[in-house]
Amino acid sequence: MEVNQYLEVFIDESKDHLQAVNENLLLLEKNPEDLTIVNEIFRSAHTLKGMSATMGYEDLANLTHKMENVLDAIRNHKLQVTADILDVVFASIDDLEAMVHDIAAGGNGKRDVSVIVDRLLKIENGETGNSADVPEQADSVPSVGPSYHAEYDEFERTVIQQSKEQGFTCYEIGVELRSDCVLKAARVFMVFEVLEKSGEVIKSTPSTEQLEEEQFDDRFVVTLITQELAEDIVSKVKKVSEVEHAIISEVSLKPLNKEEELVEKRETAAALAEEEVTLYEKAEATEEPKQSKQQAVSNKTIRVNIERLDILMNLFEELVIDRGRLEQISGELNNPELNETVERMSRISGDLQTIILNMRMVPVETVFNRFPRMVRQLARDLNKKINLDIVGAETEIDRTVIDEIGDPLVHLIRNAIDHGIEMPAERKAKGKPEEGTVKLKAYHSGNHVFIEIEDDGVGINKEKVLNKALSKGIVTEDQAAAMSDNQIYELILASGFSTADTISDISGRGVGLDVVKTTIESLGGSISIEAAEGSGSVFLIQLPLTLSIISVMLVEVEKEKYAVPLSSIIETAIVKKQDVLNAHTQQVIDFRGKIVPLVFLEQVFEVPKENKEEDFYSIVIVRKGDKMAGLVVDSFIGQQEVVLKSLGNYLSNVFAISGATILGDGQVALIVDCNALIK
Amino acid sequence: MSETTAPSMIKVIAFQLMDKEYAFPVHQVRSIEKLMHITRVPGTVPFIKGVINLRGVVTPIIDLRKRFSLPEEEYDEQTRIIIAASSDIEVGLVVDGANDVLDIPNSIIEPQPDIVGSVEAEYITGVAKLEKRLLILLNLERVFK
Repeated sequence: MEVNQYLEVFIDESKDHLQAVNENLLLLEKNPEDLTIVNEIFRSAHTLKGMSATMGYEDLANLTHKMENVLDAIRNHKLQVTADILDVVFASIDDLEAMVHDIAAGGNGKRDVSVIVDRLLKIENGETGNSADVPEQADSVPSVGPSYHAEYDEFERTVIQQSKEQGFTCYEIGVELRSDCVLKAARVFMVFEVLEKSGEVIKSTPSTEQLEEEQFDDRFVVTLITQELAEDIVSKVKKVSEVEHAIISEVSLKPLNKEEELVEKRETAAALAEEEVTLYEKAEATEEPKQSKQQAVSNKTIRVNIERLDILMNLFEELVIDRGRLEQISGELNNPELNETVERMSRISGDLQTIILNMRMVPVETVFNRFPRMVRQLARDLNKKINLDIVGAETEIDRTVIDEIGDPLVHLIRNAIDHGIEMPAERKAKGKPEEGTVKLKAYHSGNHVFIEIEDDGVGINKEKVLNKALSKGIVTEDQAAAMSDNQIYELILASGFSTADTISDISGRGVGLDVVKTTIESLGGSISIEAAEGSGSVFLIQLPLTLSIISVMLVEVEKEKYAVPLSSIIETAIVKKQDVLNAHTQQVIDFRGKIVPLVFLEQVFEVPKENKEEDFYSIVIVRKGDKMAGLVVDSFIGQQEVVLKSLGNYLSNVFAISGATILGDGQVALIVDCNALIK
Repeated sequence: MSETTAPSMIKVIAFQLMDKEYAFPVHQVRSIEKLMHITRVPGTVPFIKGVINLRGVVTPIIDLRKRFSLPEEEYDEQTRIIIAASSDIEVGLVVDGANDVLDIPNSIIEPQPDIVGSVEAEYITGVAKLEKRLLILLNLERVFK
């Protein structure tokens, strides 16, 4: 029973709680009067405090505790929610997050929190000095306890006191294990389990950690708050095997001896006392539904280490390669029985693939949930009023995509807030509501996930963009004249472009949006812009569902095989040579009424030429956004699911090649990056 | 190179390229493979022969003859691919033949003479004369560049 084995759970849950606190704080800012939100935050903070104390992260527990005090003051109407207070609370959350990250990274979670603790204390003391109305400690009942008994600190005494007032009884249960008991920790665990079913265990002597490490003789004392009868509890405990004795007695509190200590601790204890009261009230009220809910959830999900999923995925990738090989062999042998078996296997592994890919899906929420904080901070920094509206946070994307998409989104949102949304006064003058809206929307469509970032700000000034692009030499006058509105907007994604008149440190160094574009394209996605001057703009990002296994069309160029991602193929065609037209130096075809330029793969890839010319061209029509191109190949081999592999560090930035894959025959085929071939 | 070798000896892998023998420390060798299908990667420098499927990992291949501007020759039965690693890069080197693993005393390693065949001196860390054999010691980081 090592603490380590709980570490992962601790980290995961701490993150969840911190996130919950974050979200609720933002809600609270909008509805400062809503005390149920404060209670929610309180509950998360309280759990976090308990967990971190149990795990021995004192700084974490300490800071959470101080934060709780402030929240408590708010809850008791001693403090008004103000932006300043929330700033400090947010700052403490930042510290808490940093500590949890440190722990997750293998650190000890230590951090100098004195500054923030001071600030919290100041807030707390600023208006909470008066604690005289809080119930005083313990009118004590003479102790009749047996030799087993536990010492209680202020905090625990208060809890006991309060629970008694609520009609609970507090017992000390002295348990003695048989002296020949081998697995003491296991027995302790069983006793705890029994007791926790009957009520709330608030303390054990020796401490739980010591018990788990078997650092006790044969006896230990557990303090339990319950409504059950003493005899029932004793008989339940005695049912645990190897328990020699169990003695139960009602807890009676002696007053603390040291007057000084009492005075010193009074303030915090008083605050704690109240907090506990409400906690217990709440616990009573919510215990039933909460428990049943937890059970329902625990039946349906388990936490799996992401590494295991990655290993599973890797193994499956190997399987996909062999599946390709088998399909090829059975195709060559043409044995009906073999064909049937291979087909069956392909179907099953196809289902398996869907399941594995689904398992790796993560809701975009994991990326989105850090934005509300960011937007709040930015809005405050810029003195703007901004409402962030998140839609479809539950939309799922493959984890590999999730990891990459965060930064581009941050950039786009910053951009929308900095350049898009106007100052409140300006908005008022334009007849818009003072509060600007940034809408973040995610949804599935086909094999893609779409993310929209919409703002109701100034939109994009077409003239300004064009002039800037011209002055920076990104486009020529002639090109500019032929461009559609959307094409002009997309110029702001070109490198070396920044439309903000003044450069702020939020965005606008002119290196941003083109990085966004490159990142998204490297993920196999695309980005487009719609805008209306004066009423806002929409950035639309299209992303593939997964990056690891993709459908491709295998083509042959001379003796080499290339894979073209199916997602960018419109269709394939065979065109007579005489139907190819010449538009200046560019060869084009007329494809369903559209002029499509031809790209000869053998030229682009400098394929050694062996075959003689044929009368027909095999063409794969691919697209990038609205633009199309026809890739001229020698022959089509067929469609296949392949595993995307990188070319490694050594061969980075190969033109028009986005990666490689291993075919059924063990050879490597390169994956064509159609985006690079269409200008 | 000294960090992974015993104070006085250095273990190297010796391989043939034309009529000369080259060597680099054995700890940089991942494996030695027989010739397999190499997929050409377009748009790379000429000495990059392409990529192979090394047990599921796509590994780039350098043709050492081309890298050293030696005359090209058809690959044959003796041709080997030595998979070598340097920092976080793993690359296969096509050589005429892998000879053996040798211990050479540090004391016999001499700085390179001014002219060693046609190989440019920048990838050479030194030469070692072992009985009748002359080994040219290579610096892989420089070869990869």
